[in-house]
Amino acid sequence: MSQQQTVTSTDSLGTSANQTLNEFLTFRLGEEEYGIDILKVQEIRGYDAITQIANSPDFIKGVVNLRGIIVPIIDMRIKFRLGTAEYDQFTVVIILNVSGRIMGIVVDGVSDVINLDSDQMRAAPEFGTAIDTEYIRGLGTVDDRMLILLDIEKLMGSREMGLLDTTLN
Amino acid sequence: MSADLEQFYEVFFEESSELLAEMEACLLGLDISSPDPEELNAIFRAAHSIKGGAGTFGFTDMTEMTHMLESLLDKIRKGEIEIRPEMIDAFLKAGDVIKGQLAAHRGDGEADVAAATEVSNELKLFSEQINTPSAEQKGAAQQPQPEAQQMQATVDTAPASEPAPSIASETEATRFIIEFSSDGINTKSMENLFSNLKAFGQLEKLLLSDEEHLCKLRLTTSTCEEDVWEALAFIVDPSQLTIEKESQLGATSSVIENNSAFDSTNSAVSENSEQAIHDEPTELKYSEAPYGFFPGAPAAPRDTKNLEKSETASQLPADHNASTGLNNSQAVPKQPKSNTPSSESSSIRVSIEKVDQMINLVGELVITQAMLAQTASEVDPVLYEKLNNGMNQLERNTRDLQEAVMSIRMLPISFVFSRYPRVVRDLAAKLDKKVELKTVGEGTELDKGLIEKIADPLTHLVRNSLDHGIESPEKRIAAGKMAKGTITLRAFHQGGSIVIEVGDDGAGLNREKIMAKAAERGISVHENMSDQDVWMLIFEPGFSTAEKVTDVSGRGVGMDVVKRNIQDMGGRVEIDSVFGVGTRITIRLPLTLAILDGLSVAVGAQMFIVPLTYITESLQVKGADIKTVGGVGRVVHVRGDYLPVIALHEIFNIKPNSTNIEDGILVILDAEGHKAAMFVDSLIGQHQVVIKSLEKNYRRVMGVSGATIMGDGKVALILDTAGLVIASQK
Repeated sequence: MSQQQTVTSTDSLGTSANQTLNEFLTFRLGEEEYGIDILKVQEIRGYDAITQIANSPDFIKGVVNLRGIIVPIIDMRIKFRLGTAEYDQFTVVIILNVSGRIMGIVVDGVSDVINLDSDQMRAAPEFGTAIDTEYIRGLGTVDDRMLILLDIEKLMGSREMGLLDTTLN
Repeated sequence: MSADLEQFYEVFFEESSELLAEMEACLLGLDISSPDPEELNAIFRAAHSIKGGAGTFGFTDMTEMTHMLESLLDKIRKGEIEIRPEMIDAFLKAGDVIKGQLAAHRGDGEADVAAATEVSNELKLFSEQINTPSAEQKGAAQQPQPEAQQMQATVDTAPASEPAPSIASETEATRFIIEFSSDGINTKSMENLFSNLKAFGQLEKLLLSDEEHLCKLRLTTSTCEEDVWEALAFIVDPSQLTIEKESQLGATSSVIENNSAFDSTNSAVSENSEQAIHDEPTELKYSEAPYGFFPGAPAAPRDTKNLEKSETASQLPADHNASTGLNNSQAVPKQPKSNTPSSESSSIRVSIEKVDQMINLVGELVITQAMLAQTASEVDPVLYEKLNNGMNQLERNTRDLQEAVMSIRMLPISFVFSRYPRVVRDLAAKLDKKVELKTVGEGTELDKGLIEKIADPLTHLVRNSLDHGIESPEKRIAAGKMAKGTITLRAFHQGGSIVIEVGDDGAGLNREKIMAKAAERGISVHENMSDQDVWMLIFEPGFSTAEKVTDVSGRGVGMDVVKRNIQDMGGRVEIDSVFGVGTRITIRLPLTLAILDGLSVAVGAQMFIVPLTYITESLQVKGADIKTVGGVGRVVHVRGDYLPVIALHEIFNIKPNSTNIEDGILVILDAEGHKAAMFVDSLIGQHQVVIKSLEKNYRRVMGVSGATIMGDGKVALILDTAGLVIASQK
């Protein structure tokens, strides 16, 4: 039984799932609910004092000063065309620490932190979503809600986000 | 290994690396024809210290290698063997092997066992040349070494064949009475210690009392006192340790357990020196040595381990020298007593993270100070005079503090330059060229971060100069040059940057060849290109004009990497070359990566920082001075020059307050001889800003070299002025 479970979870997560790493921070983008590995989250803060960076894609809002560190801010709502990009005192930025880099993502709202067992997680079906299924670890079910579990590290490091240098000059 | 020792590992590793570097420098600086005894001693000391440490930690491979080094060096030092260039090569190789072993013990990489064996054979061969002529010595050393003898024939033995002093032929043992307090030493360390001592010879426990923590041992060994001391000093508190020589045993009662040919050879050598001390009235001469522990000068209490170590090391040469004087009438002239290296107490070892953390904290402090200053400037200066005075003082103090902290990171460039004599030497030998390396301005200081990053590109340039630049001696003579080529490394400050030049008096770059090669590679070239532009072609990826690919260079990988590395550091590369005369590659780097004087300018709602070093003036112009060229490009007429206009709002797609140049301000920039006028809305003020990396969490942005945090906590981008100016010229 346990053997089978391991196999299932490995399949559904696409990575070798560590049974203890199943705590997720959930947030909303439009009508959809997403979950990311809580260990990748550094903090949650408001949206303010942003400095634009010229000639960058529209979803990269700019950079902010996070206690002396320059941190880029990405608006996920613009990137995945989910929800409307409005900025007010309720706009939430999740500061992530992925692959040694610190960056912030703007979302519609942070819901809560939930635990998921591996049998609550399913592989993502292959169909066109706003987010390439390559970056989806799986789908989680909590009561009636469906969570889209993102592989945030892979997503943020991807070429389409353009956050990392692919070529120099 | 006991846990007690582990805390010393890191110290040992670092110390050994430094000693190795020192040894290499001494070796390279050694004048073969008349070696300076001081330098030989320094090399010996380095090898000896490494051996001592390695022995204590049980790194036997390192002990063996350093032991070989040491014994050969010892003979050279005593004038028994004359130093030859091959030996220097062997020493350098041995140094490399030890470096590898050190790295292996440290946990990165594996030691090259084959190389170690090869080098140790080589060293053995050198050091045995002395023994062979003396039949007695051979018998004593018991060396059935057919391989060594066979190799012997290939090396000329003539200069080295001083007859061995007959005194050394008897393998004698000495009895040491060792007394120390075992207080605070755990059982495991004690066992370790005993087994170490047993390796030297016969060990008798005279007194081992648990209550008084006193330990008295008798060691019968042929190892010299220094080695015994070294073995003990790492575990036992040196101030609690005494070693006394009891008496000498006859030649027949040899108790050496090590029977490897090499070890016994060395024991004979050590014996030799011990004997010499006994026979010679050395007391008078050496009793002035403060920490002597010869029979005549009983062991004095030692304060610290470090002090003890360097003393031991520096004393060693002295007594060996004494034996030389006694036994060998043809010995090298007596040398003055070596003085203790005085590197203690003048510096401390601090991890770079601590320094960086401090720099970051000071950076934060500067930002906080700027924030306070901004707030304070809003109050009535008359009412709050004291506050304003305080703020001024705070500003001065923070600036001083910042400068002081920044200077911690500054290191002289000799840290990089010092590795090139070796590179040049090895490579010149390999390529059969005669090359001299000159270094100028080694004292020029630059940021440690830059030092680390510049080393690789510079190595590449030096290798390139040697391989492609300097011609073979025949060709050089045919061209009417000295057979010996010169590579010059030069560093100096110029304005806000540091300039590093790699020059050679070699063949120079061949314009036609480069052009042809470029055309062949499909790079667009035309006859009218300036020399500068042609030379820059060699930085294209995959570009090489070398006729044949060697393992040194010629594959065309590298120059593009060099250029990219330097650009990553915020620097630039230039080439000057005259065909047949030489080539000079100039690297310009910012002095430090962390701080900058800048002018803040506003464009629309955004603020940018322009590095002050590039600004010549700022002015407002009249509409009549603004002209267009070809209907597109705008130029402005300033003091007789027509300068291209860089409209910042166009480059960064910002909505400015006004697009009319007359309404804004032009900042005249001068970057490496190229001038341009940058159009901005207004000037805000002058700041000293802490450079923050944008790339750390984001990526490189065109036209921006970094970011900083302003007084109000907002981020401002620092313009890549030179990049913008150069882009405007195209």
